[in-house]
Amino acid sequence: MMERLPEPAGLLLDRSEPVAFSFEGRRYQGFRGDTVASALAANDVTVLSRSFKYHRARGIHSLSGLDANTLVQVGPAPNRFADREPLAAGLVVTGQNYWGTLRHDRMAVFGLLHRFFPAGFYYKAFYKPRWTWPLWARMIRRIAGLGSVDTAAPHGYFDKQYLFCDVLVVGGGAAGLAAASQAAAAGAEVVLVDENAALGGALLHGRFDAGGVRTADTRTALAGEVEADERISVMTETACLGWYADNWLPLVRGNRLYKLRTKALVVATGCLEQPLVFRNNDLPGVMLASAAQRLIKLYGVRPGRRAVVATASDDGYGAALDLLDAGVEVAAVVDLRTDAPRSGVGDALAARRVPVHAGAAPWEAVPQRKGPGIARVRVAKIVEDGVCAPTVDSFTCDLLVVSGGQAPAAALLRQAGAAIAYDSRRQTTRIDALPAGVFAAGGVVGAAGLDGVIADGRRAGWQAAAHAGLDAGPEPAAAPDGDAPATAKGVWPIFPHPDHKAFVDFDEDVQVHDLEDAIAEGYDHVELLKRFTTNGMGPSQGRHSSLNAVRVLARATARSVDETGATTVRQPIVPVTMGHLAGRSFEPVRYTAMHFRHLEAGATMMPAGLWLRPEYYGEPARRQALIREEAKNVRDNVGIIDVSTLGGLDVRGPDAAEFMNRMYTFAYLKQPVGRSRYVLMTDLGGVVVDDGVACRMHEDHFYVTATTSGVDNVYREMLWYNAQWRLKVDVSNVTAALAGVNIAGPNCRAVLETLCDDVDISPEGFPYMGVREGHVAGIPALFLRVGFVGELGYELHVPASQGEALWDALLEAGRAHGIRPFGVEAQRLLRLEKGHIIIGQDTDGLTTPHEADMAWALAKKKPFHVGIRSVRMQAEKGLTRRLVGFEMPGVGVEQPKECHLVIREGEITGRVTSVAYSPNLDRIIGLAYVAPDQGEPGTRIEIRVDGGRMVSATVAKLPFFDPDGARQEL
Amino acid sequence: MKIMPCPLNGPRNIQEFICAGPVEPHPDPSRCSDDEWAEFVWLEENLAGVVREWWCHAATSYWFIAERNTVTDEILATYPADRVFSERVDFAPLALPEPPAPPEPPKAPAPPPPAEAAADTPAGDAPSDDALPLAPKETGG
Repeated sequence: MMERLPEPAGLLLDRSEPVAFSFEGRRYQGFRGDTVASALAANDVTVLSRSFKYHRARGIHSLSGLDANTLVQVGPAPNRFADREPLAAGLVVTGQNYWGTLRHDRMAVFGLLHRFFPAGFYYKAFYKPRWTWPLWARMIRRIAGLGSVDTAAPHGYFDKQYLFCDVLVVGGGAAGLAAASQAAAAGAEVVLVDENAALGGALLHGRFDAGGVRTADTRTALAGEVEADERISVMTETACLGWYADNWLPLVRGNRLYKLRTKALVVATGCLEQPLVFRNNDLPGVMLASAAQRLIKLYGVRPGRRAVVATASDDGYGAALDLLDAGVEVAAVVDLRTDAPRSGVGDALAARRVPVHAGAAPWEAVPQRKGPGIARVRVAKIVEDGVCAPTVDSFTCDLLVVSGGQAPAAALLRQAGAAIAYDSRRQTTRIDALPAGVFAAGGVVGAAGLDGVIADGRRAGWQAAAHAGLDAGPEPAAAPDGDAPATAKGVWPIFPHPDHKAFVDFDEDVQVHDLEDAIAEGYDHVELLKRFTTNGMGPSQGRHSSLNAVRVLARATARSVDETGATTVRQPIVPVTMGHLAGRSFEPVRYTAMHFRHLEAGATMMPAGLWLRPEYYGEPARRQALIREEAKNVRDNVGIIDVSTLGGLDVRGPDAAEFMNRMYTFAYLKQPVGRSRYVLMTDLGGVVVDDGVACRMHEDHFYVTATTSGVDNVYREMLWYNAQWRLKVDVSNVTAALAGVNIAGPNCRAVLETLCDDVDISPEGFPYMGVREGHVAGIPALFLRVGFVGELGYELHVPASQGEALWDALLEAGRAHGIRPFGVEAQRLLRLEKGHIIIGQDTDGLTTPHEADMAWALAKKKPFHVGIRSVRMQAEKGLTRRLVGFEMPGVGVEQPKECHLVIREGEITGRVTSVAYSPNLDRIIGLAYVAPDQGEPGTRIEIRVDGGRMVSATVAKLPFFDPDGARQEL
Repeated sequence: MKIMPCPLNGPRNIQEFICAGPVEPHPDPSRCSDDEWAEFVWLEENLAGVVREWWCHAATSYWFIAERNTVTDEILATYPADRVFSERVDFAPLALPEPPAPPEPPKAPAPPPPAEAAADTPAGDAPSDDALPLAPKETGG
């Protein structure tokens, strides 16, 4: 292992704790505090990955987790940024996207064939003939993969948390630290978010003065102030994924996704150092100045032995000084500018006798013959923007440090709707206007000089606190003059080479000539150019390539960069795993009051809306037999079913009957107190949407049931209509307040007689469709005499707290009468025998009352019910289908299933909606939609069952069982 | 996520709300033409600009009206529905003959409005075609 530089270099390292890990099967050692990338750099491993298209060797580029060069596989996790991944003992890290070894990737041959892979080659090469595409697709997926997903990997634990604050500051650099302190001083609750392990931003690695102590001193002071402030919550190693409306920001730290709502936002995300574009600018050993400085200062790693620095600003001078201090020989500084103003770092460099070549550019990095890195750099004088003189100087080196200027990291501001313009003089973007509640500070808004950045941060923190409604006091002082360096004219950073390999986008291997070719083909809009060339579509999302691509486009189309525009930066602005987005699974389930009694009785539960209901009771192996036994017992003796999930709505007020009359299709004005009546609801389009029964408890009070899954919508619709009608009525949803049991069967009256003493349940005293209030086993109950399953039966609605007691009392009292609980499946069979439809099963999103043969439920003389006009218009137009009963012999016929099609002469005329074998009738019975002229009982219909076979059925009159209803009216 | 300022519950995340489309007059179902009715049920204006919309806070089933700019997605004002719907709405007795109910053949025309409906719908309150549109009494700010 290479010796680390002495302290203070290696700020993040804990040198007392060595950490062993492996990369590509070889064992290495780093320190606690290292990332995988820094530890590999310390071990002289320069190749971290292979590029996406040409499989070129790639190494450290930004060392800030912002480029795809460092994507590695860490254990089962693919596509981890090696320069973000904290080193941990025993980590097993491998490279991605190669065939052979990472050092010797056989697929690097694609680089030699580059002329056959022009921009957009997918669109050109593989689409003809069409049948070949699946073959190509399979091959391309194999070649152009990133990491591999281990489907056997254990599920990770991810969760979510909500956060609220007065001021959120994104970015913990000088501006962000100052903003956080200022806002907190005004009394704001502040959250400060930074993606790095330590606060400081560019103060951690930058060098803004000759002596090189100012950044560290400033960082210590500002960060210390923030960390000591109780009002500031600091979240490091936290990524902000984007900006959403009304300052709603998702943050990711570790395995947790935070959803933060802030009153005011300060974006202090600084700048992204931009690369230079020249031949072989992607070789391992070519890195951004900030990356080299991070290696030295954060990790104590010497980035090379002999360096050339190529820069478009003073930033490279600071880096050159840092390299010298770290013991790296600096062969030359190549300054793209001809008119660089004098600066402290420039003078310091001159004092250390480093030759500076002004007005020159790196024309080509020459690769090593045998290694993956660079051997030397060829430097040429710039003749005009992007064009170099033919004569070149050559410098031997193993490190080429580049700095192409700074671009604001303005993704959050763009998403928030900031007006952003391009300053063509400085060749960078600037923010013109910000939306309310969003503030920006520091480098991202072009603040210059350390004092200027800090003052700008204090200004933004002050504004944000005031926006959050706090008394922020007087505006903080502006920066003293003289600190900001004179702004230099921006320089053109792109130098295409006749032999190509000048990369604009490393993720996607997009070269200058690819962009130029695509523009020549007509893809001359930024968004088209991006999609056709895939420039900016890789994991780094154009952070280092978009600006240069726009420059190329602007020049090719003779427009300014501002006129050319920029591509949209969408959320998430940094990669996020599916686990973070999915979080823990959270599916609320509702239990009825009797839920645990069902479980004790061995019920198999099934979902019904959010509820769980017993499907049947007993061994799943005997499912079919149990369902039939339960149904038979209802017909022969007595059964009980938990109907607590049915919706219950209380409609009260002087206009209750009028309201019912408007919401439902039947007539309710003259419904007698103590009686129930069927309710059918249609929507505005005349489609059947719900049903139930309405019990008139009192002149001014109806208790209405609704379907399990429909009640919430029914309730909402009722409130919506009455918000417009202003009837004197009050509706409440009492579903959860009540438990319900339906007791049905010839013996049920005998059971109830033993439990009721204040309700006359004789046939005369309590007729069919009657409603009574009284007690069952001492429990206050509402009695509804209804016949959904076609037997003598009562629905008992009791307070939910008493549901279990009622259930127990009924089973106990019914023991002598052969009582047993029945589940939803038995109930479905029983009601099918009676031809009762289930809304949502036998109806769909288009079913009208006439189609469902429910014209009997339409009051003929009402002026209004919801959807009345549509119902009448449909009735006039005539039917296109009908819901009818059908039957088939019980043996020797294949039973159709729900949704099997009814077919006549090759045309679909309908489908099966319910079907079951009825042991009671020894026939298969069902409901199906058929053509209007197939509705007469006795008509033969053909149903296509599984496998395409056709079976015959006969349309039958409904109900199948007890047509006179004698049993339910006992 | 956007914030919806609910007149009842205060500012809440917009995922707690349901939008039920623009506040528009319901045509009188017994007097309008088929085309008017079909347009009301099936067609939306989809205006670009400030629209008044029905919103419901799902957790409390509270309906209110919001004025929203559909171009900028700005919510300009929210207020209780009774600022617009302040008067009781009633429906005129049937004006159309009873249509046939297929598949049965047409029967005799429907009888005149029944006593029940007539008694419950005071003639004086019967809204006219242009009164029925639920015209705003007041717009919120």
